[in-house]
Amino acid sequence: MAIEVPENVVVTKLDELASWCRKNSLWPMPFATACCGIELMATGASKHDLARFGAEVFRFSPRQCDLMIVAGRVVMKMLPVLQRIWQQMHEPKWCISMGACASTGGVFDTYAVVQGIDRFIPVDMYVPGCPPRPEQLIQSIIDLQEMIQREGTIEGREFELASRQQTKRALVELPMYGRIPDGRTNDGRPMSQPIRNLKSEI
Amino acid sequence: MPANPATLAALTARFGPLPTSEFRGQTRVVVARDQLLEAMRLLRAELRFDLLVDVTCVDYLNYRDAANRFGLVYLLASTDTNERLTIRVYLNEPQLTVPSVIGLWKGADWLEREVFDMYGIVFDGHPDLRRILMPEEFTAYPLRKDYPLQGRGERHNFPVLTRREA
Repeated sequence: MAIEVPENVVVTKLDELASWCRKNSLWPMPFATACCGIELMATGASKHDLARFGAEVFRFSPRQCDLMIVAGRVVMKMLPVLQRIWQQMHEPKWCISMGACASTGGVFDTYAVVQGIDRFIPVDMYVPGCPPRPEQLIQSIIDLQEMIQREGTIEGREFELASRQQTKRALVELPMYGRIPDGRTNDGRPMSQPIRNLKSEI
Repeated sequence: MPANPATLAALTARFGPLPTSEFRGQTRVVVARDQLLEAMRLLRAELRFDLLVDVTCVDYLNYRDAANRFGLVYLLASTDTNERLTIRVYLNEPQLTVPSVIGLWKGADWLEREVFDMYGIVFDGHPDLRRILMPEEFTAYPLRKDYPLQGRGERHNFPVLTRREA
């Protein structure tokens, strides 16, 4: 039996409808720690006008956001803060790693700077540049919107994929220098163990 | 501007001849560790050096012709006489304790904490000698020359959050 559908009715899947709603109202959480934050502000301001893509409302409370934009280098004192904020954000949530420092540590290959936030929190989009132009950040948000539309589900099943649970290759392959002191992180959890101990191999 | 000869004369009169050098108009006086507090008191009270510009430190490990491990540097200035003076104290392990000058200049508080954080120099008499820049659980002194630039893996020592956990 055929069902008559009027012209002004669109038939779609619920997953796609949810993704369409989500992608067009991203609420960014600006985790701006360095000069990338200036470009992030420029992106949100009137000249580059992120409002055209439905993501202009920056909220400084993680509980009101679903897109974390990490803009700038993250030092080891800041990383527990970053993780806490990421945990406070509601599902579904996404993360953009903006700029060379957030993605890889950039030129700051020193004892205090985390060499890429993707070692410790999940990242969906990387933006190269030092700092990236606002156009690049907008492009990454457009790409993220496409990704949400393409694979999003109303129950968030896409986050359960094995590929999204994997530790980043860089973390596995990274040589560790020296011994890690025994101890606990700020919130009382045991520190992660070194993957490899380069010194003992030499 | 080199230091006033009267200042150097006052120091010499109290402590005997002190190693003094000048570089590009800046005078540097080396003081022994156990004379530091007395010399600073003299400079603060009688010679009117009312401003402690900075306290910092140099690690001379593997430095050419260096006889001492650490050189503690106090940069003093006088807003009264526009005079500037650098006081140096050489330190060697295991005697890495110097008296705090916080009783003379309140501003020494965070400066000494920074030197403690980065070099492990202990300032005796400091009311709150904690790390100021590095996390509290950090155990090394990162600006010492025997500490590797990329650290000993502390920067990778965090729990990994995946999508499943958060």
